[in-house]
Amino acid sequence: MGNGDDPQFLPLTQLERLLRSLRDAGYDCIGPQLKDGAILYQSLESIHDLPHGLSDLQSPGSYRLTENQGGRLFDWANGPSSLKPLIFPPHENLWRANKGSDGGIEFSSYTPDIAPLAVLGVRACDLAAMERMDHHFLRPEKQDPWYRKRRESLLLIVVNCSHPSDNCFCTSTGTGPESRSGYDLRLHELDDGFLIDAATDRGEEILQKLELSPAAQQMVEEAKEELERAATVQGQAVAVDDFRPIFSGREDDPIWERIAERCLGCGNCTAVCPTCFCHREEKIPTLSLDSSTHQRVWDSCFTAEHSMLHGQPVRREIRERYRQWLTHKLAGWHDQFGESGCVGCGRCITWCPVGINLVAESAAFAVPEEGVE
Amino acid sequence: MGKPRISVHKFSSCDGCQLAFFNLGEDLITLAGQVEIVHFAEAGMVAPEAEVKVAFVEGSISTPDDLERIEGIRERSELLITIGACATSGGIQALRNMRGNGWRESLYASPEFIQTLDYSTPISAHVRVDLELWGCPISSEQILHVVSDLLRGVVPSASDETLCQSCKRSGAVCTLVSAGRPCMGPVTRAGCGAVCPRFGRDCYGCTGPVSILNTSSMVHCFEGLGLLPDEVEQRFRMIHSATPQFRKLEESNG
Repeated sequence: MGNGDDPQFLPLTQLERLLRSLRDAGYDCIGPQLKDGAILYQSLESIHDLPHGLSDLQSPGSYRLTENQGGRLFDWANGPSSLKPLIFPPHENLWRANKGSDGGIEFSSYTPDIAPLAVLGVRACDLAAMERMDHHFLRPEKQDPWYRKRRESLLLIVVNCSHPSDNCFCTSTGTGPESRSGYDLRLHELDDGFLIDAATDRGEEILQKLELSPAAQQMVEEAKEELERAATVQGQAVAVDDFRPIFSGREDDPIWERIAERCLGCGNCTAVCPTCFCHREEKIPTLSLDSSTHQRVWDSCFTAEHSMLHGQPVRREIRERYRQWLTHKLAGWHDQFGESGCVGCGRCITWCPVGINLVAESAAFAVPEEGVE
Repeated sequence: MGKPRISVHKFSSCDGCQLAFFNLGEDLITLAGQVEIVHFAEAGMVAPEAEVKVAFVEGSISTPDDLERIEGIRERSELLITIGACATSGGIQALRNMRGNGWRESLYASPEFIQTLDYSTPISAHVRVDLELWGCPISSEQILHVVSDLLRGVVPSASDETLCQSCKRSGAVCTLVSAGRPCMGPVTRAGCGAVCPRFGRDCYGCTGPVSILNTSSMVHCFEGLGLLPDEVEQRFRMIHSATPQFRKLEESNG
């Protein structure tokens, strides 16, 4: 179990069997599919719905799909959707208040009713992002029961990434393109099938049902080469892992102003970021005065309300809001969790309407200032 | 203490925002039991002079008659809440603010019967407004939100985040990034539920500007997508041509 050096071979013609075994084991399945001009994780009925022969072209502020001649199913880099909505939904009911029979208020908690869910096609960066979310939501002293329940319902079938986009930089963050742990089943796509191995008992159980043969050494070599290529082809890299010494004392650096000239303050970066976990609580509007339902909703450090203290936003300007986002992600995260908040997926670069590049902007701070000893 | 009295007044507008009340469906029946609707001409109740807890005001100040009525309504209402683009920014009819009333002569056979002011202006240009609900039209959800707060004695607030936030929460794919469409989402206030982007259409800003926005970067972005200056201007001028935040366009275009 968990021996990635000794994987088995799943012929392409048998992939549907994998899906069937998952269903037989009681899992609903989610997988990448073409929808609305992007590759999104959707409920997966058949492997015929996977994005066959599709690739993507990503650059700062742009995402386009292209057809390729190869005919593989996972020949693309991540689209906008990550694991985040599955473990931390955009809206989640948390609690309810009811008027009790004695006139008092009774509080009750919502318990999500969640079926086991298998996700096919998870990438290494998203797996790393989920582990970072775990460090926030599953802190030993304060576990989030809603997150925990969703998290535990997931069976994760990763597919090693052989097609990073021009915005990817997971090699430099040490989070990809190969998944090394944290998965249940791991696939590596080759032209006529997949290398497959399991890292958990749940994964092993599914794998055994497939009754596969060991993969040929040549396939393993081929996969290794593909991964090396995917790692080295990435055109950008974060300057350092821990930006604390670099951002320290730079609160008023003119670079922030330069970024703010382009930054729309829209918060798309935070919404697509697989580790951004900020949220607010809202009452679902209702005219009924006997009860109310309260939900948590994705929020963003780019909204005024996010920094509201004593009725006034502390961060009024876009400059301050972008600074908050970048310094928390790359520096403050280390104080909080002992690691960076960035996993190199490149989504904040692709899905920024004006293509602000986290790698380039943070690098500008790392370049020594001229004339400064 | 009796039920709170509310009124719904119409100024220069298409009546579409008032429909948000009718579209409440079952909630409208509940609402009618919780408040006393004393004036709402479109629903049949007519008492424009009545004193109320909350006056909802639709429409812009566009005629001499509008100008006369609004002050009295303000005096007779504890809270005044504007509903929709016309009341909050001057509406589509504020397009004439840029070109004057010259169009009237070319459009109407007998323009002498039409009495309008030179400018169409929002309610807030004339009287104090307690809350503005943006939208063209506003949604029933927005009404529900406000009334839900009012009934609980909470000061009502309105959304002030970008449309992108609600668009991303809905799971829609960004039309700007994935298809190069000139979506106004990044400068537009949420409130409509991202209804256009969810159906693959770029937002045209009907819910108005978010409070903190970067108009000039949005303009440069649209230019980068290949829009000509006239086309960029039309994106910003469509519904809220008179709102100061979108008028920064002139500065952005140099």
